Amino acid sequence: MYEFEFVKPGSVADAVTALGEEDAQVLGGGQTLIPTLKQRLASPGKLVSLAGIAEMQGVSTDDAGRICVGGGTVHADVAANAGGYPALAGLAGNIGDPAVRARGTIGGSLANNDPSACYPAAALASGASIVTNAREIAADDYFQGMFTTALDEGEIITEVKFPVPEAANYQKFEQPASRFALVGVFVAKYADGVRVAVTGASQEGVFRWRAAEAALSADFSADAVPEAPAADGMISDLHGTAAYRAHLVAVLTRRAVAACG
Amino acid sequence: MSQVTMTVNGKEMSGDAEGRTLLSQFLRDTLGLTGTHVGCDTSQCGACVVHVNGQPVKSCTMLAMEAEGADVATIEGQAAPDGTLNTIQQAFQDHHGLQCGFCTPGMVMSAAALLKENPKPSEAEIRDYLEGNICRCTGYHNIVKAILAASGQDVGSIAAE
Amino acid sequence: MPKDHGIGASPKRREDIRFLTGAGNYTDDINVNGQAYVHFLRSDVAHGRINAVNTGAAAAMPGVVRIFTGADFEGVGGLPCGWCVTDRHGEPMQEPAHPVLAQGKVRHVGDPIAAVVAETAEQARDAAEAIEVDIEELPAVVDMKAALADGSTKVHDDLTSNLCYDWGFVEENKDAVEQAMQDAAHVTTLELVNNRLIANPMEPRVAIGDYNRATDESTLYTTSQNPHVIRLLMGAFVLGIPEHKLRVIAPDVGGGFGTKIFHYGEEAFCTFAAKAINRPVKWTASRSEAFMSDAHGRDHVTRIELALDKDNNFTAVRTETYANMGAYLSTFAPSVPTWLHGTLMAGNYKTPVVYVNVKAVFTNTVPVDAYRGAGRPEATFQLERVIDKAARELGVDPIALRRQNFITEFPYATPVAVEYDTGDYHGTMDALEKIADLSGFEARRKESEARGKLRGLGVNCYIEACGIAPSNLVGQLGARAGLYESATVRVNATGGLVVMTGSHSHGQGHETSFPQVIAEMIGIDESMVEIVHGDTANTPMGMGTYGSRSLAVGGSAMVRATEKIINKAKKIAAHLMEAAEADIELKDGQFSVAGTDKSVAWGDVTLAAYVPHNYPLEDIEPGLEETAFYDPANFTYPSGAYCCEVELDPETGKVTIERFSAADDFGNIVNPMIVDGQVHGGIGQGIGQALLEGCVYDENGQLLSASYMDYAMPRADDVPFYNVDHSSQTPCTHNPLGVKGCGEAGAIGSPPSVVNAVIDALQSGGHDVTHIDMPVSPGRVWAAMQG
Repeated sequence: MYEFEFVKPGSVADAVTALGEEDAQVLGGGQTLIPTLKQRLASPGKLVSLAGIAEMQGVSTDDAGRICVGGGTVHADVAANAGGYPALAGLAGNIGDPAVRARGTIGGSLANNDPSACYPAAALASGASIVTNAREIAADDYFQGMFTTALDEGEIITEVKFPVPEAANYQKFEQPASRFALVGVFVAKYADGVRVAVTGASQEGVFRWRAAEAALSADFSADAVPEAPAADGMISDLHGTAAYRAHLVAVLTRRAVAACG
Repeated sequence: MSQVTMTVNGKEMSGDAEGRTLLSQFLRDTLGLTGTHVGCDTSQCGACVVHVNGQPVKSCTMLAMEAEGADVATIEGQAAPDGTLNTIQQAFQDHHGLQCGFCTPGMVMSAAALLKENPKPSEAEIRDYLEGNICRCTGYHNIVKAILAASGQDVGSIAAE
Repeated sequence: MPKDHGIGASPKRREDIRFLTGAGNYTDDINVNGQAYVHFLRSDVAHGRINAVNTGAAAAMPGVVRIFTGADFEGVGGLPCGWCVTDRHGEPMQEPAHPVLAQGKVRHVGDPIAAVVAETAEQARDAAEAIEVDIEELPAVVDMKAALADGSTKVHDDLTSNLCYDWGFVEENKDAVEQAMQDAAHVTTLELVNNRLIANPMEPRVAIGDYNRATDESTLYTTSQNPHVIRLLMGAFVLGIPEHKLRVIAPDVGGGFGTKIFHYGEEAFCTFAAKAINRPVKWTASRSEAFMSDAHGRDHVTRIELALDKDNNFTAVRTETYANMGAYLSTFAPSVPTWLHGTLMAGNYKTPVVYVNVKAVFTNTVPVDAYRGAGRPEATFQLERVIDKAARELGVDPIALRRQNFITEFPYATPVAVEYDTGDYHGTMDALEKIADLSGFEARRKESEARGKLRGLGVNCYIEACGIAPSNLVGQLGARAGLYESATVRVNATGGLVVMTGSHSHGQGHETSFPQVIAEMIGIDESMVEIVHGDTANTPMGMGTYGSRSLAVGGSAMVRATEKIINKAKKIAAHLMEAAEADIELKDGQFSVAGTDKSVAWGDVTLAAYVPHNYPLEDIEPGLEETAFYDPANFTYPSGAYCCEVELDPETGKVTIERFSAADDFGNIVNPMIVDGQVHGGIGQGIGQALLEGCVYDENGQLLSASYMDYAMPRADDVPFYNVDHSSQTPCTHNPLGVKGCGEAGAIGSPPSVVNAVIDALQSGGHDVTHIDMPVSPGRVWAAMQG
């Protein structure tokens, strides 16, 4: 790693100030950033840890019934405390391994927007609101392609608000080495329609499979899931071709719907 | 350089660290606790697992400064002061749950975290929990068996005693 | 009733105490006062000509002690190759130079260009990034067949081509095999890849060089399976240090699996640099570095043909293999696809004629050498896959086809130059059929099908040649080393023993199992025996641990030395009891005179040896310490039969291992617990090869599977409990313990049964798939199902 200064502010305001300096970068749980630093693929001058900010911790329910997860909440806490949204808790409980879940945070995952990460699928399928120190961003506007988001420089995710669906399920087919999603599909059924978000598959990062949403909104059954989407634009690598990933999207969507019962 | 202080295996310990000093480096190089091993640089092998404030973490993927003031438990603190192995350590020896020993500290620490959370895990739950701990020697058979035994479950029926 | 001590017992491992408490002493745990750290600047292109290396700016960076480049090693030897293979035409293989730091060209991603020694590891890395390297990139040679085409870019400009050797074995059988193919009632042909793997012991490699100017002695601490081999190769061939001025210490080593046999440039560099700067120099590999600098394994592309007569008797086997050597010849690389592979192509079967052709090829990839099994997994995989395919083509039961062709009489001279001393292939297959519950398979298949899954069952046999190896034989075959083993047994005055062995334990449990043998021979408690290994300063010249040889060869040396001890002790006992030496018996730690009630304890005799007041000084010397070197008369031939049951998800192509059974014949067994553990670990690696692991290069020679993010290591949830049996035992006839070796069996024996099971599952679902290359990943299964 290149040398950097480490600071751990106690409030969002102090963190924002610290991030105002040149070359400062946010450190969430570090489960992606620290390996990246070890490879010397990033060279921040200052790392601003969010772990000391109490107001960004924990899972609660707001007046609208939304499950609200503090941006600094680790996966293990979401798995344990988001019982009001079982599919979300289940997803969090299967990210990485126990040691990763003890450190990795929802804010870190969403800010990084790895094309194979799990949380983006949950946020997008739930139509979640990404709350930052500056504003609230709808999930549909937030994800802007692989490793790209609507966040501005130095903007911190302080909270994520998930409307709780009538039924939901996340199906993750793991890449055998990294155990990230080779393909992951999150299906969420709301009163006003079904949302289907797919991670791991597309070169554009997480996306909504609109054809499936339309079909499932009309008939919420596994049989209603359309044929696999086109393989164009899907990721192709040593773990699976684009065609295979496209195929898995349909398989996992069917399974997710079936699991919704 | 600045000074970092943490409680390690019940004792307060201090040492100098840079911002970039990893907890694993701090434990091994600064405090001389070389039982915590480093087997990869992508946060996957789990040889470096220690407990921080009771939670299992990969010490190679945490900065030493992030552990300022924390309660850290490593493999060196698992046996009783007189050297008597704890239940998990003893089960690993009884059931030949280690060969070269390199992954073992992380395995024992992960097993301890599992049994704290789930005192009677099933075989499948053990295998799932060990996703972040790679062993190249044992094929996992005797590790899983040792953890079942450490949780007080009967392992007599498992094949190939 | 299992024994509770001595040979055949399973005492708990004594080494576990330190490993379980964090008190192990691995190389990276060692820090030498005043040490500096080295970082290697490695090539990021697969093939290129070095025009210039400018270290000026880097040398001025904070903490830099000195920067070394290829120029510093111009007068230094290159890394030697320990085996010269002679080709089909009687010519020696092409053998390129292998410099410690690149000279003129880089030949694989990871090839070291320069080395920065600095006060801290991070400073060394900081400065390495400031080195300016001007490299003219050349086309990368990656595909083996393309590498042999006319006009291909050459990896080594001074060689005539990229062909290391074209080996034929047995060349005289070639025409007879061709005739048998023409006369056959049926010929089954299979083309397959034995996937390139990385051994991945969990401890990355580490080296610390230390130099004492006062004594002119160099010490190397290194992660090695064979410290004496490193001392000899590095001292004699690379650095020109006489062995009495060079000490190599391999302390606790965190797994090896072959990849820590070899002499690596980093070891030579640290030793060289420590003297050059008069400071200790330490190198600790990161895992990322290990992926591009540890020798890889396997990587064969093979076409095999099996000929059968009208009664389904095997009449001939012919194979053609392209074996990847990588960019340079690693220490034992040339022997792996030849003498450790071709000689096993008869398998467990009485095939009368066999012809093996191997073309070893240089490519712009990391060097390839032995990995657990080394050549024998490649032989077993192709043979056991083609037999399975033949059974399917002929509509016969695959087990029955194997049984029909089993060798049943021993000793058996194969058509590929080796003589199996013992074996009972029906016996191991009988044992397998018992533990695998084959009769319950159809019910389990129906249960899987009811859940929408396919279920398959695969079986295979294996034979391996272990206990490597008779020195005079391997010398004829091109080995540049002897393959004996040594032991010094030192008895202390109060009766305890210390065994200094040339074998090295890096997970195998020698500290526990070796004392069991001595305790059995003398009749004393195992706790009276201590094992010392891993340090050339206090062990006799030994060849180390690989090829399932520690007990068969190293244990035999220990037995021979202990026999010498007992013989001398009997002379002392005879003197003490005033009896004839021939009448002395040793049992339960007591020497007695046959037919009398006179006896003297082991401890009394050992004390007399060191306090020789009442002692036959005119006949024998005081003291009780003996050394033996044991050179095996033959290889040992462990064998077995394995069965794998898989479930396959036809929607995703994912394969899960539901049951795995292994029946092995290892001859006599000293510690069943440790033997089971070795088999478990081997099966884990074999399942890894079959389903998960694959080292992949792109067409530019870039390593795509360069970390655990892309190289799939088997995890606990990838494997089931294994059902292991070693009740079938035909002791080896030519070593004193009757042991055969068990370290590699699991890795050799398991991949074919996994793939056979996958094909069985697919066929049961109506999919006309006859082969899928390893790793049999979900994506590959799904693609095969699409036709």
